Amino acid sequence: MTATRASLASRDPALLPRLAITVVALLLLWPGLELAEFDPAALFDSRGLATLGSFVGSFLPPDLSPAFLRLVAEATLQTLAMATAGVFLAAVLAFPAALVASRALSISRIGPGRGYWLGEAVRLPVRWLLILLRSIPEIVWALLFVRAVGLGPAAGVLAIAINYAGMLGKVYFEIFESGDTRPARAILEAGGGRLAAFGYGIFPVALPELMSYSVYRWECAVRASVVMGFVGAGGLGQQMDLSMKVLAGGEVATILVVFFLLVLLADAVSAVLRRAVA
Amino acid sequence: MEVELVDVTLTHPNGQRAVDRLSLAIRGGERVAIIGPSGAGKTSILRLIGTAIRPTAGTLRLGDADPWRLPRAALRRLRSRIGTIHQAPPLPPRQRLVTTVLAGRLGQWPLWRALASLVYPADIAGAEAALARMDLADRLFDRCDRLSGGQLQRVGVARTLYQAPDLLLADEPVSALDPQLAAHVVGELNRDAQARGATLIASLHAVDLALGGFPRVIGIRAGGVAFDRPPAGITDAMLTELYASESPRPPTQDDQPLELPEPRPRAARQPLCR
Repeated sequence: MTATRASLASRDPALLPRLAITVVALLLLWPGLELAEFDPAALFDSRGLATLGSFVGSFLPPDLSPAFLRLVAEATLQTLAMATAGVFLAAVLAFPAALVASRALSISRIGPGRGYWLGEAVRLPVRWLLILLRSIPEIVWALLFVRAVGLGPAAGVLAIAINYAGMLGKVYFEIFESGDTRPARAILEAGGGRLAAFGYGIFPVALPELMSYSVYRWECAVRASVVMGFVGAGGLGQQMDLSMKVLAGGEVATILVVFFLLVLLADAVSAVLRRAVA
Repeated sequence: MEVELVDVTLTHPNGQRAVDRLSLAIRGGERVAIIGPSGAGKTSILRLIGTAIRPTAGTLRLGDADPWRLPRAALRRLRSRIGTIHQAPPLPPRQRLVTTVLAGRLGQWPLWRALASLVYPADIAGAEAALARMDLADRLFDRCDRLSGGQLQRVGVARTLYQAPDLLLADEPVSALDPQLAAHVVGELNRDAQARGATLIASLHAVDLALGGFPRVIGIRAGGVAFDRPPAGITDAMLTELYASESPRPPTQDDQPLELPEPRPRAARQPLCR
């Protein structure tokens, strides 16, 4: 008895699993780099460097003419509106889905009690639906909606809403489950309902994370709306597409500076919000 | 609410048996203390009674129903009549005390009232009264994370007092309190149960609180009942045996059966854990 105990204590039982995970991670990474044709040398190839240099060189100086700035300002507003409306719609779709998909709010899971398998049977399709929504890139959704509602920001809003609903929904229910779920569980054990357990048990625990992730997603949506601009969904992206087509590097540079400022803004908003709920 | 366990067994997924063929009957309105060494299964028994975990074998009866055979809505109604005080109170740190206490009645409130109360507290006076019984009325609008561990434990008690359940389950409700406050809180639980005719089952680490405050004391060891009798019938030998594995110096009561209902002087208390 004593001997077994001594030999048990002499080695950390987590050693082998950790070693195995490290080896597997390395084994997966190598073929990944091979498949992606990752070759750092190509980056420093003299011809590549020259092309890159002349392309970046054409960016200077940025175009700061009042007429172009007015255009950019209008496009920026459009982009912001697209991102904000899109993320808001996405959150409206994602929230109920996350409430349904989250195991932390399952009453039948206590025990497990009556209706547990029914609950699982409902949760799984909702999780699959969220996977489906986010597995199709927003650019594809945008191409789809441009055909449905025509060129312009409306297509971008819908594309962001659908794609981001999938992402927000997944992350929301994971946040619900990864925080301290005991407060919600205690309420369920005292006969409270799902929504009450959410409002009194999960929401106060998860609020800062929900907030900062949603703002981060808004930041991503700003960038995504740019990409979608290239397929005709309006905003800064469309402006950038036009500037690139006429090889106006200065204009592209101005738009890039605006991106930087927007991300800076998102960062600041996130910081303020998180301090407000801390 | 009456409580009856018949041959209840709880085996954890790792094969460890926390409760072993336990049979127990507690009448409605009875006040019972559960004592025993750490790991004896006190928490598991309370969680089984509180329908938080399901027995692996055996049956549990609450009132006249087997909770695990009830339809979902009936089980929820039954749970709203059970109040559990957790050893580590499960309270969101950012929540205000008023909201935390009002959450005790979420099982009884309709959804609209629960949601409206998040916007403006539905029963400020009620929350304040419950906190006042725990000497915390002045912290009504403070956030939980501004409180010490002992204060939080009392907030948990206040929430359950506000719930006013027919079955009060307290899992080491005073583990973070000094002896004086501990006696006050245990006294308040007993008064509340007595006044409303509720059943009270409390697991306690402080043997003197159990022997001094409860008409019936159950000693639990290795997931089973070691003894089950009024405190007057509990001898030093029984306590020594109950805590044999935990401490070479078990709590004593000077080799005398206890006189009831006189509370024991605090000086006679011996630390259980060195």
